[in-house]
Amino acid sequence: MTPVLFQRARVIDPRNGVDGVRDVLVMDGRVAQVSEGPLPAPKDARVVDATDQWLVPGFIDLHVHLREPGEEGKETVLTGCRAAVAGGFTGVVAMPNTKVVNDSALVTELVLSRARDAALCHVYPAGAITKGLKGEELSEAGELIGAGCVALTDDGRPVMNAGLMRRVLQYATQFDVPVMVHEEDLTLSAGGAMHEGATSTRLGLRGIPSSAEVAMVARDLVLLEETKGRLHVAHVSCEGSVRLIREAKKRGLRVTCEVAPHHFTLDDRAVGDYDTHAKMAPPLRSDVDVRALREALVDGTVDAIATDHAPHGVSDKLVEFEKGINGIVGLETALGLTLALVHEGVLTPRRAVELLSDGPARVFGLPGGHLAPGAPADITLVSPSEEWTVDAHRFYSRSRNTPFHGRTLKGRVTQTWVGGRCVFEDGQLKESR
Amino acid sequence: MRHLLGIAGWRRDELEALLDRAQTHLPGGPDASHVLRGRVVANLFFEDSTRTRSSFEVAARRLGADVLNWSYAGSSVSKGETLLDTARNIEAMGPAAIVIRHRSSGAPGLVARHVKCAVVNAGDGAHEHPSQALLDAFTLRQRWGRLDGRTVLIVGDVLHSRVARSNLLCLKALGARVVLCGPPTLLPPGLEEMGGEVSHHLDAVLPQADAVMCLRLQTERMSEAFLPSQREYSRLFGVTPARAERMKPDALVLHPGPINRGVELSPVVADGPRSVILEQVANGVAVRRAILEACAS
Repeated sequence: MTPVLFQRARVIDPRNGVDGVRDVLVMDGRVAQVSEGPLPAPKDARVVDATDQWLVPGFIDLHVHLREPGEEGKETVLTGCRAAVAGGFTGVVAMPNTKVVNDSALVTELVLSRARDAALCHVYPAGAITKGLKGEELSEAGELIGAGCVALTDDGRPVMNAGLMRRVLQYATQFDVPVMVHEEDLTLSAGGAMHEGATSTRLGLRGIPSSAEVAMVARDLVLLEETKGRLHVAHVSCEGSVRLIREAKKRGLRVTCEVAPHHFTLDDRAVGDYDTHAKMAPPLRSDVDVRALREALVDGTVDAIATDHAPHGVSDKLVEFEKGINGIVGLETALGLTLALVHEGVLTPRRAVELLSDGPARVFGLPGGHLAPGAPADITLVSPSEEWTVDAHRFYSRSRNTPFHGRTLKGRVTQTWVGGRCVFEDGQLKESR
Repeated sequence: MRHLLGIAGWRRDELEALLDRAQTHLPGGPDASHVLRGRVVANLFFEDSTRTRSSFEVAARRLGADVLNWSYAGSSVSKGETLLDTARNIEAMGPAAIVIRHRSSGAPGLVARHVKCAVVNAGDGAHEHPSQALLDAFTLRQRWGRLDGRTVLIVGDVLHSRVARSNLLCLKALGARVVLCGPPTLLPPGLEEMGGEVSHHLDAVLPQADAVMCLRLQTERMSEAFLPSQREYSRLFGVTPARAERMKPDALVLHPGPINRGVELSPVVADGPRSVILEQVANGVAVRRAILEACAS
């Protein structure tokens, strides 16, 4: 494998406390040396001049829907990986709500095999908590984890049965994997199409109150305390949830959480005139919630930024708002939206990088997330001030459903390296096949 | 050509002009049977409605239009056709306007963005019912001349009511004060931001009202436990003869229909001297003629 020398990059490596101009040498797919002074280029090395760019640990997205098997028209493992590396992600966690559900080693192995074929970034499957995501019987967690699953989740669906939720938290302690939850009390959200507030009233749409999420977070924190398990709360959307999680963390509970870029960027007014591209679960919340999420990103309550990348076809969105399918694609806009918080002075560059790399790696215990010598050379190069306009038609994802089409973002991925191999450079994929 | 998707977005002078125009369409006004002669008005009703559909149909015919009545029952929609495909197929038949009633809020707006002809919202989900609000305002204006300084009380299931939303916007735009009254479970958040005042105590606000607009209690909501019972609702929010006694002497009673007699409105009041319910229906045709004239001609 060709050695690579990155010269004069601003290296931001939160885990190792690095933020400064460095040379980084990559040998045999791993970080070999990070130096304040210039490093000599080994023979045959590729030299990358990274002046004015950030060199950061490759991003890891804890929450991605790759749609394969079953809905390959929306996305496949291959197209999802292309979108990931174009967005600077070197690893993604694949949700199990595919059709067939990932509740058996067979499906896990299929996803992993497709990921090996794609050979672009790391794909870490998550296994279903319950068989068929039905919320009735536990899946064979041991088999799933043995096959390579890194977490258990019924993503997209809450585990409404508290007794079952208690048992899975208990059961998973033997494997020490997080139980990832979509928090929604279905009796409170029933029939709702968007956040309950002035906008839902104006539009005459049934609202989903914040309590639908907060009440379930409260329930699961109570169960967590009792079971001493690991709980990861997916796509936290409201103020009440972050308050509860913040308190629980202070008390030492093993709870982590993620926030999606759309939830810290947009509020419910983005639904505007029934724009189904602003329809997601949990829904876009109020401006008060957006502010609370931003505070929680700053103060450490939030562990990771995760996109909840949810590809859908045009016909899924070109319908009455109530019929529109939830979700937006997120891999290719995540960095720009996160850096908007940096440019606004909400986040420091270091914290932003931490939320995209080190944070998620720690939450699920994944390799990468930092750049100490010996770490895998999963590296993202970022041009932090370069402006670009989101054009959904140019996404590498197979789907186009985004409310950010046409928005100008500042901060762009210039190169993505996975295991010491360049997989994305200057807007082009570098596929090995 | 202009759409009428809701009251939102219309200025006071535009609404006044529409109501002035409706005045000329009252019985005895000048002959308007040439206005839409040779043109087609398509009624697309994805939800049952007798009153509104008939009213639009009569209005269109009086303007000389041919009316294409399309209804949900037995249609291609039941075979899985999407709303937009249905609308585009109807559009291909060349109507000057599509009048659409749909159970989903925002459906007429979606259609309007994808067809070239005018779209008139005849009621969408719990969003808007602009022609109803205009005919209500027309009826009040007929009685009062102006709405400025008047208080209109809207009582009942505001949460699920498109009539309430359109009326709130329309009456406010025309200068009236609007109070919305009902149990907390049926008054959604943010009504104040739309210009309304909120009360849960009918007896407290009733004496202030120059007009009381009752909303139909949607009894199908009972199963969702928005209310303990029809009986309790009627006790707390029903406009009974005893309550009518405490209203201003000349206060009016309106209802968009159909009435649940004895629930939100007692028969004595509905048929009594305060009631302008049948005037609403009669005015509906004139107002809808003005709407079709404005949008389709």
